[in-house]
Amino acid sequence: MTAPSAEALRATVLQALTAVAPDVDPSVLDAALPFRDQFDFDSMDHLNFVIGLHRALGVDVPEADYPQLASLDGCVRYLTRALAATAKA
Amino acid sequence: MADFVMPSLGADMESATLTTWLVKPGDSVKRGDVVATVETTKGIIDIEIFDAGVIDTLVATPGAEVPVGGLLATYRRSGTAAVSPGAAPTAVPTPLRPGAPPTAPAAPAAAPPTTTPTAERRLASPAARKRAAELGVDLDALRPSAGGAITLQDVERAAAANAPRPASAAPTDMRRQIAQSMSRAKREIPHYYLGTTVDLTNAMRWLETANASRPVTERLLYGVLLLKAVARALERFPELNGFWRNDAFEPANAINVGTAIRLRQGGLVAPALPATNQQALPVLMRSFQDLVLRARTAKLRATELASATITVTSLGEGSVETVYPIIYAPQVAIVGFGAVVVRPWCVAGAIVAAPVIHATLAADHRVTDGTRGSAFLMAVADLLQRPEEL
Repeated sequence: MTAPSAEALRATVLQALTAVAPDVDPSVLDAALPFRDQFDFDSMDHLNFVIGLHRALGVDVPEADYPQLASLDGCVRYLTRALAATAKA
Repeated sequence: MADFVMPSLGADMESATLTTWLVKPGDSVKRGDVVATVETTKGIIDIEIFDAGVIDTLVATPGAEVPVGGLLATYRRSGTAAVSPGAAPTAVPTPLRPGAPPTAPAAPAAAPPTTTPTAERRLASPAARKRAAELGVDLDALRPSAGGAITLQDVERAAAANAPRPASAAPTDMRRQIAQSMSRAKREIPHYYLGTTVDLTNAMRWLETANASRPVTERLLYGVLLLKAVARALERFPELNGFWRNDAFEPANAINVGTAIRLRQGGLVAPALPATNQQALPVLMRSFQDLVLRARTAKLRATELASATITVTSLGEGSVETVYPIIYAPQVAIVGFGAVVVRPWCVAGAIVAAPVIHATLAADHRVTDGTRGSAFLMAVADLLQRPEEL
């Protein structure tokens, strides 16, 4: 299986995000800024978002890595690495 | 024949608009089945029946505003004859309701058009209406694609295109409802306030270890520890768990902690977690997660909105350290938690950096005094020191 492209990952992340926060408009989202600084995103939302990513990609993100998932860019970076690591293993 | 009436979804509710029937005459129902959805200022709410039987007549029609206690439907209790001798079925439409409160009009089914939110109601198929209720689509904002009635496809298309939320969820309605209940609480309840800082070192460490070995779908949030600690402490302080009614305190017979949930469109609701003190943490966490999700998609059940015996409000990460909450009448206490912050803390004569949280209690002075309130908050703090026992 080939690893999903950064573009595909980005779309998956946005899908998981809008499932939790339907009020978010992806077209005005700043990819570099933390979600928390841009819209309502509490710890329950974050947990549900991580569960959404897990369902879509099969990646189980340890709690200690949560800070790396704070922004859209951060998510894509983290997930690219995580999926590459699983592919090698 | 038994009556199925509009339940009260909180002391501040006078009536609600029937949106959908999920049953039809002849359907068998059992205790706890969701039989209809109603629209209130808290959104679309599922209402359950608390009896087993067979639905006989749907008296209220979707779109009708029905007062609390007003007749919605009649049903035959399980075990009773289908047609009782001497009672012709044709006599059913205007049954006598000796137990109905005086506020209920004689025939809620014939709700005058003035009480219906929109004078011109859309024609919609039952399936479309049901789906619209599920998806939070406002039928009045839709145009039928084929000229006639709104179909299931129309509803799903509208939902996909981010159709407007139902009017009930509009911030203005929510604000009005909050204004009413909070003004009443401030006017009628002599609040007293207490607060204390609680060391969460043990709790956070325990949580980190517990979560490290759990898949993401089974992880716990610290909020669930707070809810459980409050519920367990209440076992020893029944005078904080109940209602002030008719100038007297009525202790509740269960501990159902209401949890304040912020809604995305503004405002908040505080549905209950049933028997909070008896739920194992993972179970409580799943119920809590489910409750937040359904509160935010306007799919709460009536009992959840009406059964809280005390409320907890937790501000969460990135918030201030202290909240001074207002009691939800007729409850007699509310517990508040600020954000978890790292602060200098004295342990065995040395100063360490520790995660702490500020816990507050607002309680009704007609029922308790500060001494009891203080003992209760200290009991909560104490339970949080031993998270493995929660």
